[in-house]
Amino acid sequence: MVICFFCGRSLFPSNQSATIRRPFPLAHGTTTLGFIFQDGVIAAADTRASAGGLVASPTVNKITPIHSHLVATSSGSGADCMLWERLLTRELRLYQLRNRRRLSICGTAKLLSFMLHPFKGTDVCVALTLCGWDKGAGSTDCARRSQDSSSLMEDSSSVAVSSQGDTNSGPKLIYVCSNGARLQGDVLSVGSGSPYAYGILDSGLRGSLSKDEAFSLAREAVFRATHRDAYSGNNVDLFHITEQGWKRREREELKDEYYRDMKRKAMIVEERKRLTGFKVPT
Amino acid sequence: MKEYHYSGPVEQRFSPYSFNGGTVLAVAGEDFAIVASDTRLSEGYSIHSRDSPKCYKLTDTTVIGCSGFHGDCLTLTKIIDARLKTYKHSNNKTMTSGAIAAMLSTILYGRRFFPYYVYNIIGGLDEHGKGAVYSFDPVGSYQRDTYKAGGSASAMLQPLLDNQIGFKNMEGVEHVPLTQDKAVQLVKDVFISAAERDVYTGDALRICIITKEGITEQTIPLRKD
Repeated sequence: MVICFFCGRSLFPSNQSATIRRPFPLAHGTTTLGFIFQDGVIAAADTRASAGGLVASPTVNKITPIHSHLVATSSGSGADCMLWERLLTRELRLYQLRNRRRLSICGTAKLLSFMLHPFKGTDVCVALTLCGWDKGAGSTDCARRSQDSSSLMEDSSSVAVSSQGDTNSGPKLIYVCSNGARLQGDVLSVGSGSPYAYGILDSGLRGSLSKDEAFSLAREAVFRATHRDAYSGNNVDLFHITEQGWKRREREELKDEYYRDMKRKAMIVEERKRLTGFKVPT
Repeated sequence: MKEYHYSGPVEQRFSPYSFNGGTVLAVAGEDFAIVASDTRLSEGYSIHSRDSPKCYKLTDTTVIGCSGFHGDCLTLTKIIDARLKTYKHSNNKTMTSGAIAAMLSTILYGRRFFPYYVYNIIGGLDEHGKGAVYSFDPVGSYQRDTYKAGGSASAMLQPLLDNQIGFKNMEGVEHVPLTQDKAVQLVKDVFISAAERDVYTGDALRICIITKEGITEQTIPLRKD
């Protein structure tokens, strides 16, 4: 399923007489992605914040940890994402203190979606991808109730109901946006650079990826997107979420990746020249 | 020849915003911070005042620079001062730079749908005595930086600061830590260059240097044309 959320160019308020036109642009434009593989979830993002044609900041943090097992990648308007992540962190912590268990990722996505709903139609622009690991849900109310009911009924549907308690643990990737969309997936990319990232992810993703291969796939996807999309660039941030929690990798300058790519291309041209014997246009 | 221009009614709306120009700059050093601004207040083709600095002292360790729409700058600084006083009376201590930055972010976002047209940069010392700079967008998105330029000449100054303070876009250069004297000289040079190329920047430069001894101010003349 392809989710393209184009930020930056088409999201300024239209000429309604009720709204006041802003004389300045807000920070927008991005490439973020997340995917699930055999060793957890990878979340990656670029670090550029653009306001109109200016790079407002080349070193923004677009991946924010919400708690030890949940990380949110943000896309859309910088101030909106910053604030809504703070509110979400607060609500999750209150839930944890009141109910003595952590809210599931699905529940978090629903909570965020309901928090954003009153602002639908305004120009609040938030598109978060929640990447996390649910600890074993085990004895939640839903699972217990279905176990009770399965003892009364004896058709095959009860078997399906009681086994659903197990699918609520493990890696999870859910996209929530201020328009009201809430979508779960295995591979998600959001932002103006997402079409380019999807190309790399779709071609390179396999079930058997090792951790290092997954990191380099994510890095490559962000690099290619920053190369083609003007509103993405600078550095790439990589996070890895497993059952033990999230781990952050050192921020990498894409300039080095670009030079490595140039060297690779030069070697290919040399090889081709050597094999075919005539000049190939570079 | 047919005339290709529109000759019907055009809707003019009252705009609650106006652009008053001005440039602000902040640099954080190891144990000092500098906040500098020009002092020209303009509107359209006119200059309202040659002596309207854009740095406002908040506490003994924090200075804020606000540029954009002067009306919103004044109101915003009044609101920040009031909130600082309330905090001082409720908590019996002065707000730290980081706390002021977080508070300003929520104040700005409170007006998300009718924003303050102000580009803010806070410069000061953090709780450990190190220089800190916090830069904001008009609706409250912020982050801590080492240096930042805001206002009308920001797009011209920021690349220069990236090169001279951040040693970016250069290869094989020794990264020397910034001393206070070198930073002040750099700020002066940078504003002189900005006054050459930006019409809204000029007249005079006000520099506030924040160290643990306190805040010292200097005023240097710039081009008046």
